[in-house]
Amino acid sequence: MAKYLLLKHYRGAPAPVNNVPMDQWTPAEVSAHVQFMHDFAARLEETGEYVDGQGLPPEGTWVRYDGEGRPPVTDGPFAETKDLIAGWMVIDVDSYERALELAGELSAAPGAGGKPIHEWLELRPFLSAPPTITE
Amino acid sequence: MAWRWFLDAIRADSARRRREDLAESEPAPGPAPAVDDTLQLYFLCAHPSLTPSSAVALTLRAVGGLTTRQIARAYLVPEATMAQRISRAERTVAGVGLSPAGAKPDASGGPKRRGDVATVLHVLYLVFNKGYSGDVDLAAEAIRLTRQLAASVDHPEVAGLLALMLLHHARRASRTRPDGSLVPLAEQDRGRWDTTSIAEGVQILQTALTRDQLGEFQAQAAIAALHADAQRAEETDWVQIVEWYDELARLTDSPVVRLNRAVAVGEADGPHAGLAALAELDAAIRDSSTKPHPFPRREAVAAHHPRTRRRPGHGRPPLRRGRPPRPQPRRTHPPHPPGRPPQYPPTPLTTPRPRPSPRPLGASQDQLAALSRPGARGVVPPSGRLTETPKSPSRVSLLGL
Repeated sequence: MAKYLLLKHYRGAPAPVNNVPMDQWTPAEVSAHVQFMHDFAARLEETGEYVDGQGLPPEGTWVRYDGEGRPPVTDGPFAETKDLIAGWMVIDVDSYERALELAGELSAAPGAGGKPIHEWLELRPFLSAPPTITE
Repeated sequence: MAWRWFLDAIRADSARRRREDLAESEPAPGPAPAVDDTLQLYFLCAHPSLTPSSAVALTLRAVGGLTTRQIARAYLVPEATMAQRISRAERTVAGVGLSPAGAKPDASGGPKRRGDVATVLHVLYLVFNKGYSGDVDLAAEAIRLTRQLAASVDHPEVAGLLALMLLHHARRASRTRPDGSLVPLAEQDRGRWDTTSIAEGVQILQTALTRDQLGEFQAQAAIAALHADAQRAEETDWVQIVEWYDELARLTDSPVVRLNRAVAVGEADGPHAGLAALAELDAAIRDSSTKPHPFPRREAVAAHHPRTRRRPGHGRPPLRRGRPPRPQPRRTHPPHPPGRPPQYPPTPLTTPRPRPSPRPLGASQDQLAALSRPGARGVVPPSGRLTETPKSPSRVSLLGL
């Protein structure tokens, strides 16, 4: 069993096939998209493979340490973001192949015209400690 | 924004489901059932139709008596997800049923028994490897469950796994620094190893090995025992460890085993031989078209050998049997505390059979090459080992024990 992150980029990923931004979708298309995601996660929960999912707003603030006793330095938000992460889902599956399969399904969420977006999702395995057996 | 709407919906949904699941499917964990029933449960929970993760979850729930919440925390998944995983597993095996009450478990296994020892052991091994997570010590739990299994079924691989777990567990205190980072085996404070666990593990292993039915857990335990037997890292009997890796590679044919073997070969016979073993492994992996993942630790091993070579005293051909003291110990270990058993296990790891005389220095290139061939046993026959291994050890077929 291994955990994988399905990372959804708004920008930074290659262009999807059905490349119509969501703000140009009809309400029905948005609803269909939401329903798809809902069903997908519900199904994963039933198979015991769902771990977490979070959405992120476009706005964010950069923060860094600025020395002992000083408040952290902040910057932003910036209007232009090269690589905006829109959200993620974490799954816990038995194999890499299964993670690929699920990412492929999630990428088929419907967009404009009710057709699959074919959006790119980045699939990243969680780092885990090596088994003690091989030390 | 759609992403967030859907997440809100999911969260409401899973919160509701969690409450329902908690109300419905969470009887208080009771005392562990009687031994005979427990054995049947082990087999049921390791049913071949279950995925490994489902079998693990079901075993911890049904055999171990952990709560769904504890299991979910240990595996860092939501409780609702774990509850679903367990109830799906229960549904999967619901039709299998237990053997009739009072049926005697026997070593040959009956047709009614579902699952087999191999899958049960694999499940317990997975639990053990998870280690300490959440509020449950899964390694200790795995040892408890394996010990209980060993009490119910007489099989050398069950004993082998129990020995393996005890030997690894004995080193746990020295395996991590206070900050959680891993301490390499060679740098571990051996004075902190649990000698009681080691002695017990070695004793169990030696008894199992006398049955002459070698399996992968016994071979792994033998390697662990040889590490545990060395009071200082530089006393490690790498030659014998390589031989056990050869056995293990025959039994499992896993690239990870062969990678580890390459490390052992490098320690036993020098960096040249280690790199040769690594090159052979590279070729094997190149030939395999089914490798979807990179092999990250390979680079670490390759890097390890040149570093070894730069150490003073490693320029000479180190092809020598026995335990030649390393000219330059890697580091000085603190003296062992008084009262520590000078040597465990109680009986020597090596049989009384005399070791063959040391291989000559300056082995030929052919001899070096021979070392890296699959199944190569070195240029001289294997030395004394934990027990006499038959010429062609029987490959234990665990299926249908």
